[in-house]
Amino acid sequence: MTTSGSDVTVESVVRRVVARHRGERGALLPVLHAVQAELGHVPQEAVPLLAEELNLSRADVHGVVTFYHDFRREPAGRTTVRICRAEACQALGADRLVTYTREAGLTLGETSADGSVTVEQVFCLGNCALGPSVEANGRLYGRVGPARLGAILNGTVS
Amino acid sequence: MNNSSHSTDTGSRPEATGSRAAVTVYVPRDSAARSVGADEVAQALQHAAARGDFALDVVRNGSRGMLWLEPMIEVVTPRGRVGYGPVALEDVDALLAAGLLDGADHPLRLGIVDELPWLARQNRVTFARVGVTDPLSTEDYEAHGGLAGLRAALARDPADVVAEVTASGLRGRGGAGFPAGIKWKTVLDCADELKFVCCNADEGDSGTFADRMVMEGDPFMLIEGMTIAAHAVGASEGYFYIRSEYPVAIATMRRAIAIAREHGWLGKGVLGSSLDFDLHVRVGAGAYICGEETSMLESLEGKRGMVRAKPPIPAIEGLFGKPTVVNNVLTLATVPVVLAEGAKAYQDLGVERSRGTQVFQLGGNIAHGGIVETAFGITLRELIEEYGGGTHSGRPVRTAQVGGPLGAYLPESMFDLPMDYEAFAAAGAMVGHGGIVVFDDTVDMAAQARFAMEFCAEESCGKCTPCRVGSVRGAEVIDKIVAGTHRDENLALLEDLCDLMTEGSLCAMGGLTPLPVRSALTHFPDDFLGGRRLLEIHPVRATEGTA
Repeated sequence: MTTSGSDVTVESVVRRVVARHRGERGALLPVLHAVQAELGHVPQEAVPLLAEELNLSRADVHGVVTFYHDFRREPAGRTTVRICRAEACQALGADRLVTYTREAGLTLGETSADGSVTVEQVFCLGNCALGPSVEANGRLYGRVGPARLGAILNGTVS
Repeated sequence: MNNSSHSTDTGSRPEATGSRAAVTVYVPRDSAARSVGADEVAQALQHAAARGDFALDVVRNGSRGMLWLEPMIEVVTPRGRVGYGPVALEDVDALLAAGLLDGADHPLRLGIVDELPWLARQNRVTFARVGVTDPLSTEDYEAHGGLAGLRAALARDPADVVAEVTASGLRGRGGAGFPAGIKWKTVLDCADELKFVCCNADEGDSGTFADRMVMEGDPFMLIEGMTIAAHAVGASEGYFYIRSEYPVAIATMRRAIAIAREHGWLGKGVLGSSLDFDLHVRVGAGAYICGEETSMLESLEGKRGMVRAKPPIPAIEGLFGKPTVVNNVLTLATVPVVLAEGAKAYQDLGVERSRGTQVFQLGGNIAHGGIVETAFGITLRELIEEYGGGTHSGRPVRTAQVGGPLGAYLPESMFDLPMDYEAFAAAGAMVGHGGIVVFDDTVDMAAQARFAMEFCAEESCGKCTPCRVGSVRGAEVIDKIVAGTHRDENLALLEDLCDLMTEGSLCAMGGLTPLPVRSALTHFPDDFLGGRRLLEIHPVRATEGTA
């Protein structure tokens, strides 16, 4: 893994990120967030490198990566859409959005075959007075009905 | 995060409006306001100014908490700030043409914001500045009473500060309601050189958004509260643990900390005193359980968010084994006012042992959702009917879940219960953090009970068996009850399971999950009658599939 010149190999990213967080106490979470921000996910080959750099066991690192919902082990689609399914959004029909997604041929927790969109569920986006809420590529939408969700999924609203 | 912080417009001062100074127009930067188009409205106003058509400066404030009116914009006039809302992008030109900058009449005009009954009836203590000021302006902050609490605290001995907080009766706002002063005293009494202050900003409960609004709308207040806590207990480092679902809050707190450092409000010799204290933001990673304080500490240490057994309590052995204050956002946000105005003033608000104000959050199927900060003792009915205006759908209210996913579902017949910790506990419910989620009469309470169990199964850290296994069994048993399979036996089994989870779980996740389940069963038994299939609310393993 010594591709010359490239600074986006997993190894170079991991070492650079760890160096940046070296002085922080208990740095594994900030490091994982930073790795995912650069690579889009936390690839399996990053685990032994992180273990070595942070003086942890591979099991420790693997355990943390798999404990938290946020860390992806495979890349997501170009658009990531998260539908809130917590109580406040349930009370306003969040399930209609889930049904719509299903009828559009998408599966919660999966990426569409063409790699365009990943749809996930999330429990609370903190927009409980203006639900149902949906987040797309980090942007929050309130009062989302099926039609609006369709536009978000198609990327016509961004 | 595509928006710059406090964006004053840099456009020219147009001739068209004469030599008059630019009018300030407030447009919230709060996530909720942005979720319904506040950024687009702000941009349209800025464009109008840049074109030279109108002389206005846009200031991005927090939200006033009247969320059904968002985006609500405010225009500064000689009579006060005049509100308009909800403003859509398409309304901007018409509003400007109608004389927005003079506070002129328009169908969207709400009136002088401070005089709107919904706000005027409240007693805003913690939320006094939220929506009023530019959250990242230090001048605004100080002009509105900021730093008075910290200055008062730094002039006093740590033990005096702890005594003042204890005397105020301030209780933890995260849900458990533990007296803040007693926790601080324990940390103060530890002899360790290294101590920490941690702010639990992992506001994962559905129906709560007050923490987010404080972080986005008045971040310096939280920094001030943390710094007072640090002085009181002798801590040198502080951490905000903010959930990753709150990107705007994370960015705002990071920016505010950087500004506070530049101004000497953090770092070596805070405000010229001998206190050295610095703050860091840490971002969660989508685990609900990390809102539990010991799980949060594990996560801050870079580990899986597994709950710790107590004792030892975090006040004695907390972050990295050191004495640690762990308080919720609203608790720390309320500390400055307690120090600035004294324990007595704070004490005088509230009822019985629930002192001060509570920040209620109205959400779910509600017409007028938002923030209601008022003294304890208000009833649920006043909140839902008078403030909330009933349901968003227009159908009758059937139930409200109070205190988050681990709180009880209360029927309309119990809405006259006064909101205070003890009265709610006596009724088998909890005030918790004051989040209220309203449901109309289409709700299926068996589905809600099942969801409580499924959510617990999904989010359990897995350390203790009652929570990890009990929740899975709970969902299965509810399915059998609803399907009518050995109904009586399964009801008895569910009762037994709830007892076990309540008594045997390590933390509130497993321990309180029976609360929504049992309250649904007690108050809405008809929904559990057999012979039908449940609505499908089946969380999928988000970490595996996509991921």
